[in-house]
Amino acid sequence: MVEVLFFVAGIGAIAGAIGVIAVRNPFFSVLALVSHLLCLAALFLLLHAEFVAAAQVVVYAGAVMVLYVFVVAYVGGQDEPLGPGAGSGLRPVSMVFGALLFIELCAATLGSGLKLVDTNGAHIDPGFGSAAQIGQLLLTRFLLPFEAASFLLLIAAVGAVVLARRRGGLTAAEDQARYTAMDLLRPAYTGTMAEGVGGTRRLPPVSERAAATAPAEAPAVPVQDD
Amino acid sequence: MDIGWYLAVSALIFTIGAAGVLTRRSPLVILLCLELMLNAANLALIAFSRMHGNADGQIFAIIVMVVAACEVTIGLGIIVAMHRRRLPIDVDELRELQG
Repeated sequence: MVEVLFFVAGIGAIAGAIGVIAVRNPFFSVLALVSHLLCLAALFLLLHAEFVAAAQVVVYAGAVMVLYVFVVAYVGGQDEPLGPGAGSGLRPVSMVFGALLFIELCAATLGSGLKLVDTNGAHIDPGFGSAAQIGQLLLTRFLLPFEAASFLLLIAAVGAVVLARRRGGLTAAEDQARYTAMDLLRPAYTGTMAEGVGGTRRLPPVSERAAATAPAEAPAVPVQDD
Repeated sequence: MDIGWYLAVSALIFTIGAAGVLTRRSPLVILLCLELMLNAANLALIAFSRMHGNADGQIFAIIVMVVAACEVTIGLGIIVAMHRRRLPIDVDELRELQG
């Protein structure tokens, strides 16, 4: 039973991994990675790592992959040409490199002379890998890595906000959404205080507004950086 | 199942991820391949943890997952910033990091 589950999950994980690098559309790459992660969680369960498997499904296949899907949808997952193109001479090199790396990793892990590699593993207690044991370890022996990881997450969150924030002015098309109701109701060029200091965005008069349908056209007043 | 089988699967997944990093040109897919490599390392860590009957390796795997999540956040933030600046989403054309 364990053997059947292992081969199903292992073949699924490898097929998902191949799908990630072989599919042309990034969106389908993300979906292949989700299936790969689910199969990997099954392998974790076979290794009695229940908490890690649950975290893998919830955090990785759930939250992180949703982030990926959103970014792929935002960037617009254009199909990447997989055929010959710039730098296609690297493909045979990468194949050879991958084969050598696989041989080296197998030699390093399987030929390491560890006595327990060819067994089912050492004897384990019934509560091995449960949430209780992981929680106890995280809060006693590994308290410092736990706190450092939380700081790392905080720094990454702040860094992502800083990286992806809006810099400089808006484009004309985005600027259209920033007009308030007052800009529409007020007669044009009535001279408000904000207009006097030149810092406001004024709607052009109705006649110009009807003419200016192209979104690429510059707004009436130069947009100030905010 | 022998622990060696898990290690072989882990080595194969790591190899596929490394080949993907070398072959693909979209930074989004390169990030996905990095995820593959980190997950292969996680599988090896958990296999060794089972081998020794010691749960420390699982803690290590959880920390690796945290680091992977941070890397994804920053990488996707950079890709969104590139998209905002109308830069091509292609690592072959992004040879310079300045500006």
